[in-house]
Amino acid sequence: MMLYRRRRFANSVVMTLSVVATVIGLGWLVLVLGALLWNGFGSLSVAVFTEMTPPPGSAGGLLNPIVGSLMMSGVAVAIGTPIGILAGTYMAEYGRYSMLTSVVRFINDILLSAPSIVVGLFIYEVVVRPLGHFSGIAGSLALAVLVVPVVVRTTEDMLLTVPKELREAATALGLPRSHVIANVSYRAARAGIVTGILLAVARISGETAPLLFTALNNQFFSADMTQPLASLPVVIFQFAMSPYPDWQKLAWAGALIITFAVLALSISARALSATRTNS
Amino acid sequence: MSSTGLSHGSNTVPAPVVAARAALADADEKVAIRNVDFYYGDNRALKSISVSLYARRVTAFIGPSGCGKSTLLRILNRIYDLYPNQRAEGEVLLDGNNILDAKQDLNLLRARVGMVFQKPTPFPMSIYENIAFGIRLYEPLPKSEMDGRVEQALKRAALWNEVKDKLSANGLSLSGGQQQRLCIARTVAVQPEVILLDEPCSALDPISTAKIEELIDELKTEYTIAIVTHNMQQAARVSDYTAFMYLGELVEFDTTSKMFTSPVDPRTQDYITGRFG
Amino acid sequence: MVDLALRDAPAAVSSPPDRLRLLGRLRLIDGSFRTITFAAAVSVLVILGGVIVALIEGALPALQAFGLDFLTTSRWNPVTEKFGALAPIYGTLVTSLIAMTIAVPFGILIAMFLTELCPMWLRRPIGIAIELLAGIPSIIYGIWGLFVFAPFLQHTLQPALIDLFGPVPILSTLFAGPPYGIGVLTAGLILAIMVLPFVTSISRDVFEAVPPVLKEAAYGLGCTTWEVFRHVVIPFARVGVTGGVMLGLGRALGETMAVTFVIGNAHRISGSLLAPGTTISATIANEFTEALGDLYTSSLVALGLILFVITFVVLAIARYMLMRIERKIG
Repeated sequence: MMLYRRRRFANSVVMTLSVVATVIGLGWLVLVLGALLWNGFGSLSVAVFTEMTPPPGSAGGLLNPIVGSLMMSGVAVAIGTPIGILAGTYMAEYGRYSMLTSVVRFINDILLSAPSIVVGLFIYEVVVRPLGHFSGIAGSLALAVLVVPVVVRTTEDMLLTVPKELREAATALGLPRSHVIANVSYRAARAGIVTGILLAVARISGETAPLLFTALNNQFFSADMTQPLASLPVVIFQFAMSPYPDWQKLAWAGALIITFAVLALSISARALSATRTNS
Repeated sequence: MSSTGLSHGSNTVPAPVVAARAALADADEKVAIRNVDFYYGDNRALKSISVSLYARRVTAFIGPSGCGKSTLLRILNRIYDLYPNQRAEGEVLLDGNNILDAKQDLNLLRARVGMVFQKPTPFPMSIYENIAFGIRLYEPLPKSEMDGRVEQALKRAALWNEVKDKLSANGLSLSGGQQQRLCIARTVAVQPEVILLDEPCSALDPISTAKIEELIDELKTEYTIAIVTHNMQQAARVSDYTAFMYLGELVEFDTTSKMFTSPVDPRTQDYITGRFG
Repeated sequence: MVDLALRDAPAAVSSPPDRLRLLGRLRLIDGSFRTITFAAAVSVLVILGGVIVALIEGALPALQAFGLDFLTTSRWNPVTEKFGALAPIYGTLVTSLIAMTIAVPFGILIAMFLTELCPMWLRRPIGIAIELLAGIPSIIYGIWGLFVFAPFLQHTLQPALIDLFGPVPILSTLFAGPPYGIGVLTAGLILAIMVLPFVTSISRDVFEAVPPVLKEAAYGLGCTTWEVFRHVVIPFARVGVTGGVMLGLGRALGETMAVTFVIGNAHRISGSLLAPGTTISATIANEFTEALGDLYTSSLVALGLILFVITFVVLAIARYMLMRIERKIG
């Protein structure tokens, strides 16, 4: 009985610890979000969306970095998504059993979590340095390198869940492989692939490190992708580290905007994959 | 997988085939399978199979699960080619041409030899598209002709009356039996010469099964049909010829009436009378 | 309609030569599509190869100038153009160590709560919340760390630590100096918060994959929840959890923005965790655009190369372990 009591005691100690850990863990996260909402909403105004980034000490907004971020993310997705989908297609369809696929999967998984600042250095070396100047295109390319692994991973996973019967049935009609993939596999996996793209957008929309020395920054409004381009994360970094309260407030507002964008993207990705599993 | 040295060994001339051919000389041989072996990696799943499919006749393949009957069917349109490590040896002559030849174009072969699978497999698109999709590839028809072809195929599969008002509905919205008939319609629409049915009713209720059996009876006026089934009554009902397979070998092949009344091989007798399988 | 269709039927059967002609075109499309997907798959490898080559090329001047000294010295002087990577390497390792020391036990305990204790209706919401938090960009944690967390630490935890460990011989050096707020400890704590969702969600996935029969058998012997967890779940899940931890470590080592805000960017190795320091990624982020001179830039790229090599090894081990557990489950 003594032994049993001790076992019960050990059990309740650990169980209590796990509850405490959960409360503390979630509590931290609530604190982070709470501070963000508090400071972010306090700094949010219409001007944030309509005015340019100000010089220190005067009022302004975040219009140019918002536009810059949208442009760079758009181009990055336009470049990275097709590559990712096609690579995932090779892995799940043509090369499902090949050695190359295993190697690509392994490398892709590493790229998926590789430090993004290294990607920035890579693009600096191969794009910025040869061209001699920072540019929006360089920023887009850096982000595209981050998009590819996310899309490769989800595309492959989703195509692997397409029942082999469906693929066989389409093949048995005499359809060539490319038609089977385009008309049957892609259709069946569409929701999953779109989920992957949304997650990729969420991933890059808050990325700062790879933009610091590819797209750099721009105090003024610019839609020229060949020139340095402002982006929300970089402006947040610059403004938050500055000693000016006006800039710091704008940094909070920008942080709130990014968080909302990322959460909206992740939640819609989640909702999309939920409808897929239900049907 | 040992071949246990039974009397109907794999290396001898397949006597049952000869018997069947003699018995029904009125039908043309559409597909001739000659000494076919099949391997999953190193595992020999079929042992020197020789059997024929006759034009406008239904041939049923029966046997306990794992006997290789589905494997044999999957050779006839070379669907196994989708997977590495699966290979067939021997000869399969379709109108005298060996389809196992490396030069055989697979898409063309599969357009000539259609297949319907165990589980209904409607594509994730509309009912109309499910059928038009296969046709369009080989025959770029104008819309009006395409409509006609889709209607014709659905009628052929006895599905037209049930779906004519909802052709744009998703194929997945149909019931299981309807889905399977849609798959048959889709196969028929490509105008194949041979239709392979791989346990087409095993996922269906008795009423849908009856409908499909009726359909097979009608389809055989135009097509050469091979059906794999684990249901002996079904084989007896729909087929003209029956082949009994066991452990990767063809044990006996004859007209269905003879197979079910006076089988020669003791293993066939055992299976048909329900002593194993 | 019917008549038309039936009349059409025989005529509509394409003659073989017709199909053959179409087939030529189809084959071409088919072949090209296959080639394109193959090229895309290979491009993933090319990206990795490109990263390695570009970093080595960029780092070459610095590595040639300093040789092995680059790894073993901590001087970092842009004026005299003498650079050594020891301080940022040290900072990277120490902050990651702090982060993992906190995040791993917390993550495992939370995962245990989620799989063993948590009422069913609460599992999904908490699970989703944790996964959403894993997706929040690191710059958010950075700005929070700078404006909220660091001042908070400066006034509460850090003075308390200084008072508490002041009289203790070894620990007093670990917590020496004035409470700046920012510094190595703060960076480590922020990293811990960032890595926590990763460790938690992977551990939970692995714990959930333990076959129920194993657990039921142990419960059937009269084991308590903790005993089942310790003797059945942990042994089964060990490899997978290690993989998850390594994955989290990979994140922590390479994380830039959350750290850059709060570490203080000081190129020195201090015995005190309260002192400002720097990490590899923070150094690059802070100094790269301002770096004048090829040797300075090259030294920063060399730092990037070191970071990439370290994280590559860690992530490769992580993936290998996760692959093993997948095979075990699958």
